[in-house]
Amino acid sequence: MTQFINLTLNGISNGAIYGIVALALVLIWRATRIVNFAQGAMLMLTTYLSSAMISGGAPYWVAVIGAVGCGLVIGAIVELVLIRRVENGPPLNAVIVTLGLLIFIEALAGMIWSSTPRSYPAAFSLQGYKVGSTTILFSPNDTFIVGMVAVVAALLGLLFTRTNLGLRLRAAAFAPEVARLLGVKVGRMFTLGWALAAGIGALAGVLVAPSTFLGPHTFDPILIFAFAAAVLGGLDSPLGALVGGLVVGLVLSYVSGYEGEALAPLAALAVLLLTLMARPTGLFSAAKERRV
Amino acid sequence: MSGAEVAGKLQPTAVTRRGRLVNLRGFAGSLAIAVVALGLLIAVSYLVGEYRDEQLARGAFYFAAILGLTVVMGYGGKISLGHGALMAVGAYTVALLVADEHWPLAGAIAASAVVAAFVGLILGAAASRLHGPYLAGATLTFAVALPQLGNRFPETLGGENGLTINPPAPPGFLGANFPPERWYAWVAGIGAAVVLFFVLNFKRSVYGLLLRACRDDEVAAALAGIPVGRIQTFGFMVSAACAGVAGGLLTVVLQLAQPGAFPLELSLSLFAVAVIGGLGSLWGAVWGAALIVLLPNWSHDVANSLSLSGNVAYSMPLLIYGVLLTVAMLVWPSGIQGALRRVGRLGRRFASERLIRKQPLTEQGSS
Repeated sequence: MTQFINLTLNGISNGAIYGIVALALVLIWRATRIVNFAQGAMLMLTTYLSSAMISGGAPYWVAVIGAVGCGLVIGAIVELVLIRRVENGPPLNAVIVTLGLLIFIEALAGMIWSSTPRSYPAAFSLQGYKVGSTTILFSPNDTFIVGMVAVVAALLGLLFTRTNLGLRLRAAAFAPEVARLLGVKVGRMFTLGWALAAGIGALAGVLVAPSTFLGPHTFDPILIFAFAAAVLGGLDSPLGALVGGLVVGLVLSYVSGYEGEALAPLAALAVLLLTLMARPTGLFSAAKERRV
Repeated sequence: MSGAEVAGKLQPTAVTRRGRLVNLRGFAGSLAIAVVALGLLIAVSYLVGEYRDEQLARGAFYFAAILGLTVVMGYGGKISLGHGALMAVGAYTVALLVADEHWPLAGAIAASAVVAAFVGLILGAAASRLHGPYLAGATLTFAVALPQLGNRFPETLGGENGLTINPPAPPGFLGANFPPERWYAWVAGIGAAVVLFFVLNFKRSVYGLLLRACRDDEVAAALAGIPVGRIQTFGFMVSAACAGVAGGLLTVVLQLAQPGAFPLELSLSLFAVAVIGGLGSLWGAVWGAALIVLLPNWSHDVANSLSLSGNVAYSMPLLIYGVLLTVAMLVWPSGIQGALRRVGRLGRRFASERLIRKQPLTEQGSS
């Protein structure tokens, strides 16, 4: 029983991370109909930059804000320099460009910081809470992670539904032509969407780095699990991304707890394929007609 | 696409290329190409040293894997990031059959094609329903997930250390002093030539034709009565069989199958060189195989001569893949082969323009 509770709690805190990275993927998908396979690499890069700030003497919180800032800038640059050229092309081209970016950033990080993973400080203690005499697998830092994810999700919700900017972002994503006619600077909205997504990804990076360590490839699984979460929720739905993240987090936690770590990615694949076979557009998406 | 081009695509056997003495598109043509390719490899293996023989062997099995990607991405129009994992399937099949069951090499490699094709059937059944980014994500997960099975079943699959096989000895008639590296290169070359022969035939077969029809327009293909899903699944199976043979040959060359040999980078590198070489053309697969073998060496040499650190040398090939992949998509989506073809066409146009410029003197000059 204790193990079940521990696995559940562990699944929730991992799921929060998958959920928020999935949210970043969904933001980009909604804005530009592109799955950003470089998301994991981009958040790895910002986490390295933030780690460099910490080694340079910056306090933890400054480094976190710095990471998010770098994320915003990198996201905007990537959209302006690369993505804009493939936005209206065949979808395969956009996929290949983001994969090229993934390979490039990972190699670059390996060159600069070597491929040996390093540690990253946590905001709060990683020691689990004590309930009675047993220590559960949920630490103050996990509380912080889940709380931060909830806050960011709520803020994004407010941004998209309650502000003028959010309305323009949604308009640009859903009907670019009409939005352009009504005076929305669609291109700028796309750039902003990418910047926002990369910023959120950067936050996820610094939140998860204390437990995964920081190496050029340590965030590959996170990208894959977040992608599974995003697809599970339907790539179009922010709420679906968060719920999908929790589901994927719990499934992976149970599978690796009861069946061994090595099966976790296969479980993610099974979840992904079963969802796509049953509902090719995910659980939370409105039913849409599809070609063939 | 113009009408003539479509007609050309749909009836490749009916259109013979002008200026060719032999019709290279027939059954005998495929056989001839495969035999000539194998003969070239054997000739080259005599010219170069043992180290280059090892490179030749690796080039041969990577070529087979890239041919698999040519089938699924070039002819099928479906993305696959999972071919490294399909190679792992073939590699473990050969290792298990040779080490535990003492199968002959050729039989084990044929079995690796069958097993990988079966995995490809499962993957393809899902893939035929998926599009673009969904498929990329699913195959990416597959590439990460599958090699982990080796760690899950350490008793049969050897865990992190993997499985080893005894190095296959060159047959006696080649002489006692025949270098084993050259023999591995030959084995890999024979395997790759067989794959090449099958892929060439697949391309001109009715299934290859239907697969390309589905790629060009799924709706039109479905309306024409083509079972799109089944054809694409079959394409995936053929492609997986190629990757399986490639993995089996890898086991022969390295005498080893372990999870660490099939990281995500392998799948991504294969994908990258297939795109950079030029999707859908056999020459593109040749360029891709050359790139994946030679680029790490070159970048290592360059990094050494510039006395850069080991980290830089290690990551350089991937960095170059990343840049080339992105640039190729933005500037030259048809890859190296597309670029060469274009240069060739420009050259031909230049030649014919000179002819035309000469003509007025004789024909129009009199009027």
